[in-house]
Amino acid sequence: MSLTVRPLALAPWALGLGLALPIAAGLAGTLAPALTGGGFQSLVDWPGLPRAMALSLGTGLVSTILSLAITALLIGCLHDTRGFSMLRRALSPLLSLPHAAAALGLAFLIAPSGWIARALSPWATGWTDPPDLLILNDPMGLALTAGLVTKEVPFLLLIALSVLPQTDAPRRAEIAAGLGYGRAMGFALATFPALYRSLRLPVFAVLAYGMTNVDMALILGPSLPPPLAVQVADWMADPRLARLPTAAAGAVVQLALVVAAIALWLGAERLAAPLVPGLALRGWRGRVLDAPMAALARASGLTIALGLGAGMAGLTLWSFAGLWPFPAALPDSLTLKTWAKAAPDLTATSLTTLAIALAASLAALALTLATLEAETRRGRPLRLEGLIYLPLILPQIAFLPGLQVLALVLGAKGSAATVAAAHLVFVLPYVWLSLAPAFRAWDDRIGLTAAAMGASPGRIFWRLRLPMLLAPLLTALAVGIAVSVGQYLPSLMLGGGRVETLTTEAVALASGGNRRLIGAVALMQMALPALGFGLAVALPRLAFANRRALLAERRAP
Amino acid sequence: MSGLQIDALQIDRAGIAMARLTAHIPRGQVLSVMGPSGSGKSTLLAALIGALPPEFTVTGRVSLNGRAVMGLATQDRRIGLLYQDDVLFPHLSVAQNLGFGLRAGGSKAERMARIDSMLARIGLAGYGPRDPATLSGGQRARVALARTLLAEPEALLLDEPFARLDQALRAQIRELVFALAKDLPVILVTHDPEDARAAGGPVVDPMGSPLAL
Repeated sequence: MSLTVRPLALAPWALGLGLALPIAAGLAGTLAPALTGGGFQSLVDWPGLPRAMALSLGTGLVSTILSLAITALLIGCLHDTRGFSMLRRALSPLLSLPHAAAALGLAFLIAPSGWIARALSPWATGWTDPPDLLILNDPMGLALTAGLVTKEVPFLLLIALSVLPQTDAPRRAEIAAGLGYGRAMGFALATFPALYRSLRLPVFAVLAYGMTNVDMALILGPSLPPPLAVQVADWMADPRLARLPTAAAGAVVQLALVVAAIALWLGAERLAAPLVPGLALRGWRGRVLDAPMAALARASGLTIALGLGAGMAGLTLWSFAGLWPFPAALPDSLTLKTWAKAAPDLTATSLTTLAIALAASLAALALTLATLEAETRRGRPLRLEGLIYLPLILPQIAFLPGLQVLALVLGAKGSAATVAAAHLVFVLPYVWLSLAPAFRAWDDRIGLTAAAMGASPGRIFWRLRLPMLLAPLLTALAVGIAVSVGQYLPSLMLGGGRVETLTTEAVALASGGNRRLIGAVALMQMALPALGFGLAVALPRLAFANRRALLAERRAP
Repeated sequence: MSGLQIDALQIDRAGIAMARLTAHIPRGQVLSVMGPSGSGKSTLLAALIGALPPEFTVTGRVSLNGRAVMGLATQDRRIGLLYQDDVLFPHLSVAQNLGFGLRAGGSKAERMARIDSMLARIGLAGYGPRDPATLSGGQRARVALARTLLAEPEALLLDEPFARLDQALRAQIRELVFALAKDLPVILVTHDPEDARAAGGPVVDPMGSPLAL
């Protein structure tokens, strides 16, 4: 056909290679120094290794099991209740909350000098000074596990809600109830197995993230030794890369550990699979479970929403706090001093963060749109989902060291453009997952009607499909910005200390004691994604104020 | 030869014939293809418009006013299409919808004048700035028809265009369609004998056999 079609046919390749190449190059760049530099020997010689591995496995597995269980509990026991829709509305915006900000908020809440201790002191605890308790950074990684759960439950819950309609859940629930089953039991037997099948990849992503995240672990996790991924990042932080072989070996071991954990999970799935038919065969209706399960669901949902909410409120309050001595629940005075003092640095850092986020998200959006449009003109679906999920499941720490070495060799390390390029690998999957369903659901007859009137494929794309998809397009862009703003490890490793983003800044400040400044940086970190989502809601309303059908579509889901 | 000439058109799926047609439809005549849903009527229209899914194969020749069309892309065939749903573009106003259909060329003022006169012909003068979502079903159907005709097609395909309208409205819209398309060869796909009777032309089933009403 026309000339415009041909470059477009390359878009799926560009997208596929854009994901596969950095990952492959990064893995190779990690594996090579690990094998050649005696890295494994020095890694084994590190006395902290067994405990660092155990921490990775323990915090990852426990946080994933808890997150999945709480998600199932919330949907199974509370779905379609009034409390549930309130919870959903409370948790949805929290999805855009960067991990580091969530961790800092939680730290401000549960630290010995945090809000909870202040609220209970001195009247209940007798404390007039912060107690000498190791609540944060506890050696077992409990605080880290709690932090991971609060951040992953909103993620799993929203994904579960988006796939729930495919499981025919309401009819299954009705049938189970009609047969006399309790709500929780009916859900477990009739709906959960189908729901879980759609949740598997996201659950693996949660597991891999829980085992290998660095920013939350730096803020909430133990330090001597830290989880393995944190130690690897620490080894990589040496500007002369003196410990590169050890770090690379650690990254390889970390990757093997994640693969082992997923294998373990798959084995557990096998063992658990007969439970459902076994229980069903017994025919126990389990109605006594309903009341305690619902109470448990309400308690856990409330704890998470309140924990994240109070954490964010705490960060905000600290950034405006004047004098705030220990047992006082509220600061003595409010002041703009912190903001005024931080403004020049904070503005520069925010602009860098925003520029990187916009570059990565717009590139991801362009690649996604071009690929989806190529799919449309090709007339057959592209099978890219496996590749798309790869950067979400493969731990960042396994291939970023290799990319860091590569960037150093190419002389590209330490520029904002390199950081943005690295962000693209992690932003692309989320932009794709956010936009593809809406793009593919577009009514084909609109395009055909237009073609019958003589409109070219290009005209149909630019004049009809894009404007009609404005709302999901902006949402995908906001998702991309939120993901980019929240990235810690790629910014740290490829920025080489020269590119400061809000997230690297927030994590770097976390170990110091300047709560006011931490609060201000974390607040900006939350504000950028929130601004993106705010615009994504507001702009279509403005643009289509006089177009009822498009606004109705927007409101429907 | 003028009109729509269809020679031994056959559409197969996995080796099974789904639809078959040989016909000459001169300007101003309506050929009705009648059959229950799922009988291959829509497949026939998709083949004529050039939008068959890849699992179908099509053989035969179709020429429109002497021009062979089967090798052409949809947008080069100049065959207009009307669905049972109006498929108005929801992000454009009524006038912008018509403007999208109107063939390129002419000054802005000339284009606006043509849109306005078309609106007057379908009894919707002054409706240009309206949001299509605020129109009634009959009004939307008229706008969709006007939009199709402004693209100056050389033939018109109607895919159950009256099925969503209630009885009273249906006769009125039907009359308007046939009046405005009186210089075009038209193929009407329907399951309603009343539509086929009102069209006044020959009636066949999706395999091309003549039907008596």
